[in-house]
Amino acid sequence: MFYRESGDFSTTYSQDSQTFPIAFDRWRYYVVLAFAFLVVPFIINDYWANAVLLPFLIYAIAAIGLNILTGYCGQVSLGTGGFMAVGAYACYKFMTGIDIYFMGADGEWIRYALPPINIFFSVLLAGLVTAFVGLLFGLPSLRIKGFYLAVATLAAQFFLVWLFNKWEWSYNYSASGQINAPTRGVFGFEVTGATASPAASYLFCLVFAVLLAWLARNLTRGAVGRKWMAIRDMDIAAEIIGVNPLRAKLSAFAVSSFFVGVSGALFFSVYLGAVEVGEVFGIQKSFLVLFMIIIGGLGSIFGSFAGAAFMVLMPVLLKNVMVGQMGWPTDLAEHMIFMVVGGLIMVFLIAEPHGLAQLWRLAKEKLRLWPFPY
Amino acid sequence: MPDQFLYAVEAAINGLMAGVLYALVALGFVLIFKSSGIFNYAQGVFALFAALTLVGIMDGQVPFAHLINALFGTDVHHFGWHAPALLGIALTVVVMVIIAIAVERFILRHLVNQPDIILFMATIGLAYFMEGFGDMMWGSNIKKLDIGIPQGGSFWIEENTAWLGGENFYGFFIDQLDIIAAITAAVLVIALTLFSQYTKQGRALRAVADDHQAALSVGISLRFIWVLVWSIAGVVALVAGAMWGSKSGVQFSLSLIALKALPVLMLGGFTSIPGAIVGGLIIGMGEKLFELLIGVPYLGGATELWFAYVLALIFLVFRPQGLFGEKIIERV
Repeated sequence: MFYRESGDFSTTYSQDSQTFPIAFDRWRYYVVLAFAFLVVPFIINDYWANAVLLPFLIYAIAAIGLNILTGYCGQVSLGTGGFMAVGAYACYKFMTGIDIYFMGADGEWIRYALPPINIFFSVLLAGLVTAFVGLLFGLPSLRIKGFYLAVATLAAQFFLVWLFNKWEWSYNYSASGQINAPTRGVFGFEVTGATASPAASYLFCLVFAVLLAWLARNLTRGAVGRKWMAIRDMDIAAEIIGVNPLRAKLSAFAVSSFFVGVSGALFFSVYLGAVEVGEVFGIQKSFLVLFMIIIGGLGSIFGSFAGAAFMVLMPVLLKNVMVGQMGWPTDLAEHMIFMVVGGLIMVFLIAEPHGLAQLWRLAKEKLRLWPFPY
Repeated sequence: MPDQFLYAVEAAINGLMAGVLYALVALGFVLIFKSSGIFNYAQGVFALFAALTLVGIMDGQVPFAHLINALFGTDVHHFGWHAPALLGIALTVVVMVIIAIAVERFILRHLVNQPDIILFMATIGLAYFMEGFGDMMWGSNIKKLDIGIPQGGSFWIEENTAWLGGENFYGFFIDQLDIIAAITAAVLVIALTLFSQYTKQGRALRAVADDHQAALSVGISLRFIWVLVWSIAGVVALVAGAMWGSKSGVQFSLSLIALKALPVLMLGGFTSIPGAIVGGLIIGMGEKLFELLIGVPYLGGATELWFAYVLALIFLVFRPQGLFGEKIIERV
């Protein structure tokens, strides 16, 4: 009754092909955006920003990235953590100023440091660097498929983490091997570092999440996205009807890595502030993002957000209930969360392989008639 | 002979032994993949779980003690008895069979005819579940496993190879545990080959691996075969878990050796038992030699973390089906 499309007429092709053809959906979308931009920054506090909202937005970007590769193009990747690490370290180098060493005339090493780049552009550039690295590790996908490729992307995961452990230039020769985000801001508002206000950090991430989601949505419903989906559904058939698998697969890897790189850069600079690569960007992170898109829904932008929200909120909630309410020890709650996550993955794959996004679609379908039977 | 060369040989032999242990885990993967087309990511966690169960039973731990204590405010930890290794192994096998039945009943049965990659992701979920379950059942602290396998370097080998080198060479250092693991692996492979060649169930197993529908049509029970295969994989996981557990203690990192077994599999081909063994040997030896010759001198060490994956990756680009895999033919 409330959710309906009657009276909603498209009179031009552009109206017909818009992202939200139903007026109700469109208005809901504007309301959500307005709430996120105009209301949340004023009511946000430290706990909500750090425990829920920042990880949700950042993981959502990573999930969209992986969804482009896995959900739309059908190439399973277990290297997400490694690519996030690339984004984080690239962002660190850009925001502290890249230093170059070259041999002077008298045989001495001369250090020349480029000026630090604004944090906004550092994050974008970090995404581009990650896109390039993703392109390199995407090359084998032209020869190997399915879980052979999934295992091959593990090579990226382990190699990249090892690289950032050993390559001293990447962490500016700091003795601890950690990278720490210096205080940086945009338009005079600090967004990174310890003194940044939660509202500024939140808005900074939100801008990226909205921009990238908008980009992903439009990429996936355009020519590029249809090529990806053709490759996913059957790559040989796609090749026969004229989709160039080289360009389709590599562009999926590059775009996906760009998203993942941006999310890694934000994860380090805005959310954590200090990163030790093996701990933060290990194989667990790859699985976490993979779980997000399985639970959220493969091949759906909304699903990426839903999955990220679910996987961020559920452990917080379970922990609150089990440790806070029932007084369990934390390690026991940890094990329980593992079991619940694993169990949920299996339940979703069995009961609803298209994830939360499909449940949402079904709910909308039901809402059209509700509360009337016909 | 120059000492440098001898050290390389020693590293190679030790690598071979480590490779045998990788191959043991890989074997479980191959078994399940051949018979049900499922790439069981949880194999490594099975090894961990089996080892945990073995230790738990032998030490007489109360299962779920932590949970029970938290729920009822009691303080139980041990039954107070110590079971002999053989009894422990027998009971662990029973537990693994029960898990195989549960996996078939609650997961596989509902996922028939799904794409391979969905099944793969389901086993990742299974791995997570089993990890939490194992820790909850037996606790997550590092445990010592002692089932009576001798450990430490073999003096016999050291004494009898000392003459090869010069003044400062004291012979090859080879762990006795590794030798026993190698022998166990060989016995296991021979037994599995005999089983699949000469018994009725083995023939049924191969029939299912060849063609599910044809096997069904001649009256082979797919479900029984799946339970059988997952049980065998569980037993293989127990052997692998017991070996790794004796070597480095039963702990979470055990489940990570499963990840090492993946490149082994890719190298050897997913469908080949000899491939798993050869792949394991190549990777085990390759990573030790690479670390010794290139990793430590030029790259700052710890290359063992990624060498296997990168090797498999490069190898696959040239031969996508692995060393012994069946040729991949794709049709529209």
